[in-house]
Amino acid sequence: MANRPELLAPPEIFYDETEARKYTSSSRIVDIQAKLSERALELLALPEDGVPRFLLDIGCGSGLSGETISENGHHWLGLDISASMLNVAVEREVEGDLLLGDMGQGLGLRPGVIDGAISISAVQWLCNADKSSHEPRLRLKAFFGSLYRCLSRGARAVFQVYPENIKQRELILRQALQAGFGGGLVVDYPHSTKKRKEFLVLTCGSVQTSIQTGKNEHDEGCSEDDSSEDEESGMVSMSDRNRPKKRQKPNKEGKSREWMLRKKEQSRRKGNDVPADSKYTGRKRKSRF
Amino acid sequence: MRLIVHNMLSCNIRGVVNKFPLRIEPEKIIVKEVDFNPDFLKHMIAKIDWKALVDGARSMGYTELPDHAPDTTTLESDEPFLRKFHHSLLELHLEEGSLVCSETGRKFPVNKGIPNMLFHEDEV
Repeated sequence: MANRPELLAPPEIFYDETEARKYTSSSRIVDIQAKLSERALELLALPEDGVPRFLLDIGCGSGLSGETISENGHHWLGLDISASMLNVAVEREVEGDLLLGDMGQGLGLRPGVIDGAISISAVQWLCNADKSSHEPRLRLKAFFGSLYRCLSRGARAVFQVYPENIKQRELILRQALQAGFGGGLVVDYPHSTKKRKEFLVLTCGSVQTSIQTGKNEHDEGCSEDDSSEDEESGMVSMSDRNRPKKRQKPNKEGKSREWMLRKKEQSRRKGNDVPADSKYTGRKRKSRF
Repeated sequence: MRLIVHNMLSCNIRGVVNKFPLRIEPEKIIVKEVDFNPDFLKHMIAKIDWKALVDGARSMGYTELPDHAPDTTTLESDEPFLRKFHHSLLELHLEEGSLVCSETGRKFPVNKGIPNMLFHEDEV
């Protein structure tokens, strides 16, 4: 992202009426949110017994992720701090219940009532101190503590996050673990800058099943743990507004077969469809080509 | 806001002991039909605070609920009860009104069906 929204303004101000409508009418965003929500629901590992569950959608916004939950047959309660976003959700007649609230103040829900929680692109907002009285760590503590309490035994919380850097991700993880959660990070397509998505999967109570593995270019599992190396983040500790630009050095030697094979392998790792390598790859063609 | 949510909401103000349930002061109530699913109802009944549900329903004008929830063993066959449970839990919507903390009297306004649970800096 060129400019991270959370660096521009607090969420209830950034997501005003115009921004809320823009967000919800962008078909690209709608599509992304739907995919992320489906994946988060998958990672919730709810029992497949056909019984609808009661889920929490944290940072539900205009109800894009909530719609995916409804489509999967569950009831949900959505929480968001932006009244404008919630108003759009009301207009769209979402099936879930909506709450105007600040997750950093604690969820205020009775113990054991929630069967699972998801959050799409919202938890990173907690890491910014938007008011002078805010201390991100305290807010994260209030959030994770209250979340842990309201989840029923064996329930999971899945957060799709866009952490600004490694420090932020670690802060979130640490607070979650301190609240009593188990679990870890699932990363889909770790090698692709475009496709890479991170999901924090938190469990409480006894865990019967293991955490799923992330997807890679072959859509197989590849194990990822919290300390996975991330080429993109962790290099810039200041705000991403001043990201050093990559300098393209023109290669004077031309494009050899070796170079071609390397580029193809890189592309494969990103998850693209690349023709197989053969004796014809990089073969010198007749002059008319 | 439906009663299923009201049954889970507590007052987060620092120092408050009697946080749950919040008292409902309705101004506008609407009914929205929802598909009847006995599996979901049986799943939820264990989590519901029955007294809060009965009181909440009463303040929204619905008095059909029995004072005590029946035994889980008889639940399977008790369809009339399940229907009443379904209606009160999922179909009654508080569109406009307030939720009131019984200990502090603090009001949480409800507009367009959305309760405003934002606390002031000095409350939490």
